[in-house]
Amino acid sequence: MAEKTVTKLHREPLFHIVKRDDMVWWKAWGIRAITIVVSIFVMVFISSLLTGKGMIQTFEIMYRGVFGRIETGSFKMLFKYFEEVAILLCLALALTPAFKMKFWNCGAEGQALMGGLGAMVCMIELEGKLPLAVLIPIIAVVSIICGAVWGVIPAIFKAFFDTNETLFTLMMNYIATQIIAYYVYIKGGGSNVIQPVEAGIAPSTGNAHYFINAGIVAVLTLVVYIYLKYSKHGYEISVVGESQNTARYIGINVKKVIIRTMLISGAVCGIAGMLIVSGIDHSIRTASVGGQGFTAIMMAWLGQCNPFITLIMTAIIVFLNTGAGKVADSCHLNSAFADIFVGIVILCVVGCEFFIKYSVKIRGARKGNKE
Amino acid sequence: MTKQPAIELKNITKRFGAKVIANNNVSLTAYHGEVLSILGENGSGKTTLMNMISGIYFPDEGQIFVNGKEAVIASPKDAFGFKIGMIHQHFKLVDVFSAAENIVLGIDGGKYNLKKSTEEIKKISEQYGFDLDPEKKIYSMSVSEKQTVEIIKVLYRGADILILDEPTAVLTPQETAKLFDVLRKMRDDGKCIIIITHKLHEVLSLSDRVSVLRKGEYVGTVNTAETSESELTEMMVGKKIDLNIERSDPKDPQDRLVVKDLDCINRDGVAVLDSISFTARSGEILGIAGIAGSGQRELLEAIAGLQHISQGDILYNDPKSGKTENLRDKTPVQIRDLGVRLSFVPEDRLGMGLVANMDIVDNMMLRSYSKGRSAFLERKAPKDLAMKIIKDLEVVTPGASTPVRRLSGGNVQKVLVGREIAASPTVLMVAYPVRGLDINSSYMIYNLLNEQKEKGVAIIFVGEDLDVLLELCDRIMVIGSGKITGIEDARTVTKEQIGLLMTKTGEEE
Amino acid sequence: MIIQFICRAILLGVPLLFGSVGEIVTEKSGHLNLGIPGVMYVGAISGIIGSFFYEQACGNDIAKMNALLAVLIPLLCAIVGSVIMGLIYSFLTVTLRANQNVTGLALTTFGIGLGNFFGGSLTKLGGGEATFIALTKTSGFFSTKLPFADKLGWFGDIFLSHDFLTYLAIIVAVIVGFVLNRTRVGLNLRAVGESPATADAAGINVTRYKYFATCIGSAIAGLGGLQYVMAYANGVWTNNAFGDRGWMAIALVIFALWKPSVAIVGSFLFGALCNANNYIQGLGTATQELFKMLPYVVTIIVLVVISMRKRREFQPPAHLGLPYFREER
Repeated sequence: MAEKTVTKLHREPLFHIVKRDDMVWWKAWGIRAITIVVSIFVMVFISSLLTGKGMIQTFEIMYRGVFGRIETGSFKMLFKYFEEVAILLCLALALTPAFKMKFWNCGAEGQALMGGLGAMVCMIELEGKLPLAVLIPIIAVVSIICGAVWGVIPAIFKAFFDTNETLFTLMMNYIATQIIAYYVYIKGGGSNVIQPVEAGIAPSTGNAHYFINAGIVAVLTLVVYIYLKYSKHGYEISVVGESQNTARYIGINVKKVIIRTMLISGAVCGIAGMLIVSGIDHSIRTASVGGQGFTAIMMAWLGQCNPFITLIMTAIIVFLNTGAGKVADSCHLNSAFADIFVGIVILCVVGCEFFIKYSVKIRGARKGNKE
Repeated sequence: MTKQPAIELKNITKRFGAKVIANNNVSLTAYHGEVLSILGENGSGKTTLMNMISGIYFPDEGQIFVNGKEAVIASPKDAFGFKIGMIHQHFKLVDVFSAAENIVLGIDGGKYNLKKSTEEIKKISEQYGFDLDPEKKIYSMSVSEKQTVEIIKVLYRGADILILDEPTAVLTPQETAKLFDVLRKMRDDGKCIIIITHKLHEVLSLSDRVSVLRKGEYVGTVNTAETSESELTEMMVGKKIDLNIERSDPKDPQDRLVVKDLDCINRDGVAVLDSISFTARSGEILGIAGIAGSGQRELLEAIAGLQHISQGDILYNDPKSGKTENLRDKTPVQIRDLGVRLSFVPEDRLGMGLVANMDIVDNMMLRSYSKGRSAFLERKAPKDLAMKIIKDLEVVTPGASTPVRRLSGGNVQKVLVGREIAASPTVLMVAYPVRGLDINSSYMIYNLLNEQKEKGVAIIFVGEDLDVLLELCDRIMVIGSGKITGIEDARTVTKEQIGLLMTKTGEEE
Repeated sequence: MIIQFICRAILLGVPLLFGSVGEIVTEKSGHLNLGIPGVMYVGAISGIIGSFFYEQACGNDIAKMNALLAVLIPLLCAIVGSVIMGLIYSFLTVTLRANQNVTGLALTTFGIGLGNFFGGSLTKLGGGEATFIALTKTSGFFSTKLPFADKLGWFGDIFLSHDFLTYLAIIVAVIVGFVLNRTRVGLNLRAVGESPATADAAGINVTRYKYFATCIGSAIAGLGGLQYVMAYANGVWTNNAFGDRGWMAIALVIFALWKPSVAIVGSFLFGALCNANNYIQGLGTATQELFKMLPYVVTIIVLVVISMRKRREFQPPAHLGLPYFREER
């Protein structure tokens, strides 16, 4: 008898996964918050093992590395942090409408590069020929158009032929990269570097560009939030994302919505590119966006299509990224440690969604108790 | 000879989440060499119960005995080990594979030799009289061919306990007769056949015994030879129900929607609608009867502007202006812009009529959100409408901001019908509006439709329950294989006449 | 000149071949692993770490090194490293049903970070003084040519002169192609990617197939990273030098229409395209940058054409990118 029970226990599924009813929002966010905090602690612990410094000291290095010494009145680091958050957030905001529509735009990198290219071309060709007041709107319009065009090409094929957008947008990134490489080579006179140009939407020196970039993105956050929540377009995006069949049924032109939304998504990426090229670097290279287009995909997803949550997530991740880099630097280890740090934190948050959507019942325990 | 029990279920209970109890304390037995019918209404837990035998679900409580021994069936693989095979209602076949590849899929051991398998498949086909090309790809097969693949798949595995879930739902009468012949042959071979159905005449013509489920509970088992249709119905629905649906005579009927010679070809190039002509009149309910998939969905979608029409006209007579508009090749938006007040309750409520993840208020907006020139949404009116519908139709919900996917089937339908009626339509099309609903909700829907009829709305009602069609509608149009096989007065026609028209196809004319 | 061009194309193509064959195996199980670029980095760095310590253990003296061990240690390390990456990915996406795109991208971030971190810090962590890793000795073992390669002229150069991982790549591709199309395991795997519910109902352990496909796929892809550092880069690690090859491998999967045999030809074609600029007369450096986008352009054209043609045989696995939960209701 006992033997039979043992084999039975073995054969029955030990873990039984059940889909949950909706979890209350505060509980769901509680789980996410705990996951983030715990994973950060674990990673800080690992860092301290690696560097031989204590955990508190590691935290301090991170904090100082990101914010500098604010108490002494030196805000430069803080401003720089805001600017970095702004750029990544801008890219994530661009992706949010597309993700809400369940369109996997993995092409933020390329769309931003093309936007940046648009800005760069204007800056180089028109510098000194037009007053800044005329040049700035031209830069803005051109980079928005460039980004939008790069975003809309996959959307057109998605709308008409249902071409896989994940793969299409991914490929578009590298075409953009090569176009930039080509342009840099031509304009850089074979040196692989374009010398910074003076003209741009913000001066390259001083603190002004921090405020301009962060300000533009702050406004953009609000605009995207309102657009998605209160506009008719936003409503159409949700319907198309949830059910194309319903969209058809109530007479939404699904193709039009897909194309329009990707025009917007690409345009906002274009703005991000413009901020980088014309607001910060005043030059362009293939690494101008530096992989942030991919990080933005994760940020937009972690933000659950809510721009304000995306803002919080972005702020956390940029902090960790910069901070972890500084920790590695402090021990002369490679700053790529930051990627490991951030990668693991994101993987943990992605994994914790499981516990929000499903619950695990351990089976066999019931029978085991009987014995 | 006493028959050996093949499957015994003892006190099986299965829950989904905290609220839904799909099966409660069900016990029943099936023997070798017999056909057992599991009879029950939609949502009575038949399929869930059988899924536990075939290892798709695992019971929360209770035991399963196979051939007299207690068995733990944790996966479909375990089920095969016990020689249990299930043919699901939604075929589980890989589209890009050939029939033979699908049949050998998942079998362990032995050398993988598709040629040899193909020979064996041909042998089984001959033995039971199937007609199948093992090399044909699934995506180019008809529904009945796919079903054949499913059946051979379980036979190939040597199953001697076969479970069929609603096998006739998609078959023509001829195909059904052929299938039943095969099943009888298998029974005579000593196999145990369990067939899930809600069609009484099939139960009576095929099975040896009938087990009835009602709302997840086991009601009882009777020998087919000793029972009658009325007894089974009573077991199924609990008590004998005279439908007693009110029906008034149409007042001042006028031709509202005239459909002329409508042809419609689907993506695969098959004619799904073939010269359909009929008239829907105001103040009257026009019922549409037919076997599932005869073109009902396409017809309603064509009228609503969702299907491409290859030929024919859809003429709408405006009751106010008296003008006639042709709705052909118009999008839903264009139809709305013409001032045509056409409401449509589609078959797929959560996948088409509503957005499952949106709350009731946002679902109310689906029809009306685009009104007005503002770029922004107006949520006040939809919210009032949502509150009104919740109150008037007694929708059970925690609030207007609850996602509709969390409501029960009946409440989902109330929300959908409520919204469509709120648009004060002149034409109202409803497809299977009471499918999966409890009796009370069903009657509420019938009453709503009758109210609309009193208001002079032209109603088109696609239904599956002939009793309901006969008691609710004024005229019944029967559709078979995309053609109209008859339009009858619902007050005089008999159930048998309708049934006969349903099985008539175009070729027999 | 032409012979040199072909050899170079093959050398450049092999990492792509490993990567794409690995990704094909994974995608056939219905999982779009965008973490492949990261996996390839990890494969490369794991191999580097393994041979680094082996070279140190032998006192950096080539005479003390055993050829077999010098090859086997990095090989095993690369496989173990990439399988661990595959395990992380499959645990998250199969067991925890996390979003595949986000998991994959996070894994790529993580993997590239891991590669660059150890690549840049290994000597320091190992207590050495050198600022970069150069494992030319191990690389030497990897690049050993077949016998007679030098004696048979152009034939020897094109067919016999490559490192052994090149031959391994082709063998792996052929085996994977055979397994997918001619064996029961392959049939089951394809069914899992096309319709997991069907496979499940047929008694196939969907979870196990997904895990194995992802991990084996990762192991294969990881070898691509190893081939790059050992044979192409002569054992010298430079941060980010591997570049976008991981993404190009994913592109190659589409180009090859999910068929390993096509991937063999495709990888050499892509290798040639990456390299053509160096061999075509009068092509400036600028135009050469434009040339490098050709593999991606071609891939997009293939992607668009297959979506327009709708031939069922050429479509991606039907359930690609979607999670599977048996009790979905």
